[in-house]
Amino acid sequence: MQIDLLQEARRQAEICNACRYCEGYCSVFPALHEERMFTDGNLTQLANLCHNCRGCYYACQYTAPHEFDLNLPKALAEVRQDSWETFAWPGPLAHWFQKSGVLIAVATIVGFALLFLAFRALGSSGGEGFYAVLSHSAMVTIFLPAFLFPLFSIGISLRRYWRATDGKSVKMSDIFDAFVSAARMKNLAGGHGDGCNFEDEDRFSQARRLAHQAVMYGFLLCFASTSVGTLMHYLLDMPAPYPLWSLPKLLGIPGGILMVLGTVKLAYLKLNADKDLGAPSAWGGEMAFILLLFLVALSGLLLYGLGNTAAMPTMLAIHLGSVLSFFPLTPYTKMAHGFYRLAALVRDAQRKSKA
Amino acid sequence: MTITCDIAVIGGGNAALCAAITAAEKGAKVVILETAPKAYRGGNSRHTRNFRCMHAGPLDPLVDDYSEEEYFEDLLKVTAGKTDEKLARLAIRTSEECLPWMQEHGVRFQPSLSGTLSLARTNAFFMGGGKSLVNAYYRTAEKLGVTAFYEANVIHLELDGDAVRHIDYTHEGEAKRLAPKAVIVASGGFQADIDWLTRAWGPAAQNFLIRGTPYNRGVVLADLLEQDVQSVGDPTQCHAVAIDGRAPKYDGGIVTRLDCVPFSIVVNKDAERFYDEGEDVWPKRYAIWGRLVANQPDQVGYVIIDAKSLNLFMPSVFPPIKADTLEELADKMGLPAEKLRNTVESFNAACGDTSDFHPTELDGVATSGLTPPKTNWARPITEPPFYGYSLRTGVTFTYLGLKVDESAQCSTANGPIRNLWAAGETMAGSILGQGYLAGFGMAIGTVFGRIAGREAANYAN
Repeated sequence: MQIDLLQEARRQAEICNACRYCEGYCSVFPALHEERMFTDGNLTQLANLCHNCRGCYYACQYTAPHEFDLNLPKALAEVRQDSWETFAWPGPLAHWFQKSGVLIAVATIVGFALLFLAFRALGSSGGEGFYAVLSHSAMVTIFLPAFLFPLFSIGISLRRYWRATDGKSVKMSDIFDAFVSAARMKNLAGGHGDGCNFEDEDRFSQARRLAHQAVMYGFLLCFASTSVGTLMHYLLDMPAPYPLWSLPKLLGIPGGILMVLGTVKLAYLKLNADKDLGAPSAWGGEMAFILLLFLVALSGLLLYGLGNTAAMPTMLAIHLGSVLSFFPLTPYTKMAHGFYRLAALVRDAQRKSKA
Repeated sequence: MTITCDIAVIGGGNAALCAAITAAEKGAKVVILETAPKAYRGGNSRHTRNFRCMHAGPLDPLVDDYSEEEYFEDLLKVTAGKTDEKLARLAIRTSEECLPWMQEHGVRFQPSLSGTLSLARTNAFFMGGGKSLVNAYYRTAEKLGVTAFYEANVIHLELDGDAVRHIDYTHEGEAKRLAPKAVIVASGGFQADIDWLTRAWGPAAQNFLIRGTPYNRGVVLADLLEQDVQSVGDPTQCHAVAIDGRAPKYDGGIVTRLDCVPFSIVVNKDAERFYDEGEDVWPKRYAIWGRLVANQPDQVGYVIIDAKSLNLFMPSVFPPIKADTLEELADKMGLPAEKLRNTVESFNAACGDTSDFHPTELDGVATSGLTPPKTNWARPITEPPFYGYSLRTGVTFTYLGLKVDESAQCSTANGPIRNLWAAGETMAGSILGQGYLAGFGMAIGTVFGRIAGREAANYAN
């Protein structure tokens, strides 16, 4: 990891440790106040616990122009970003995609192209509905590795993270604690429950927390929809398309709508928030990731809406193409944050149960 | 541009904001004249962390209860009786209703901070500290139609008989004049004016550090005192503590405090000890060390500890100076090496049985036959590496201020000034003759800020 970023985070953490006014805002500060000397592993863990709510920045009496020049959200964002690049496997991919919106866009276009190519080359082999455009077995051949590879890669990254942060063997209660925190996005609630300072400087608002929840639960609903569809296909011999009053649709449509609304709000908030309280170099990559999620969700909804029209094959290519770029990029884009966040929350639960 | 308003509040910290909000809620058109730029608004309030609050029964976030009598006794102990009982009891009694009022106006509290559990019953901690309180109050004030001008430097209040006629100030490089119906002064003490401190203290004050805002220069206070507005307090009295000598001249705030004195020996620049470092637990002693250090040559002290004491106290912002021998440490700190060795050796020789050593309570582990003695936590300094910190006097705020009555109103020898009120540190000397009680400054500011706002609004309406 980059020494200068760690050194700056260490300098700031030492000042915070002598002050402690922000103790109630989030999980970062109780963890920080337990240390006296900050190892690289401590700082990596603190950085991944930080949800960039910015409460500590606006409350801080030592921000610029004060000579101590504190900007903890930024210092931790930079270390966090760097840790994701360091732990990624294969490493160079994260180095390219984390920061570059352009490369994410290129990957998405490549995804479209691959799908169009597959439609041409592989075709339907006699299927119906979507499978009239591309056969089910061809879809599985393309998407199964695209889904499994990132999981394998993330697994390696999390192992590296766990080693770096001196993680202990995981108990169910640690995992439960972490999921409860993530489910409520507790670390964006500001300690007092009024929300975070992402939207409008020192005004507390729930905007980012709610938008994030919409995307997260929307994504989980869509994921559940696909999983249910897969089970129905294989176990019940009920291939797609599914009608409106079916489980895949009842999960997928609200999920898609939540994702569309959430990503639009997140992108809007991100445009207006102070870039200098995050990792400015990663802004483009983060924004492109939000837009890619938006595209996945919107194209999925449109595919449902236009499923019986001539536009269907094009929409199918756009939807599957964006999914095809989204999944393999998971370990190397902002999407990885969910996994690291959970790992950090599990690690923090271990710290709390020890204390 | 001429501004019209009912009430001008001079100052932009806690007391000023409580006054402005209260007056605006009563329908008055209020203007805040804050001398600091926006980034540094809030005076010393931005460095504060809690509010000392009387309460009968648990009052979120405070536990148990804290009665008027106990609160008042705590005040008597630190001020050695130098207080105005009527005003002090008014502040104490009213503090209880202030806490919910603060919450209604945007302030959020958090449980007592790690390292301050002893205050969980008496002091309510602001979530995020004083700057977040200040931010919340500015948001609330803005919603109520209060206008805040930053970098608005008030130079003069024209006092004519029993009323203030107008205020002269500069803003954005232009001289301006404002003639409000009523004026509230909440612009703090004069501690950032080192020349004034020097006149009061003598040349020693040149070496003092100012823990808080550099903007409390006492301009308005001096202007009013010149016009014979009644004052209270002694210009040499202030809240002063011993802080890290490497702290910035201004605005170092909380992180520059050092809690290691009880586990150390403290010497002056001649490497001589001068006071019992183990007299009492640190929260009860840190405020006297500001004055002790101020009385030493060059107003500097040096804390010496060894390896076994390094982790017994809260970390501070600057790492200690570290050396493998006492001579090397003396060298790095600019102390006479041989003298320091002699001082440490005679201290070590005076230490006795240390098996009862207990860092968080008075353990009676004392020296014998040493002057001055160390009466608790006396363990020989023998285990390298050795660590040192320099100590200087850090002034929080001065106590010389405006004398007010129970309605926060100012007066001259001829009686009350009809349209002038004062709140916060600028009148706290009425209650704090000497000494200090943690969180009491914010209590005085909130209580008297609200009184001043109410009275001024009643007058202006």
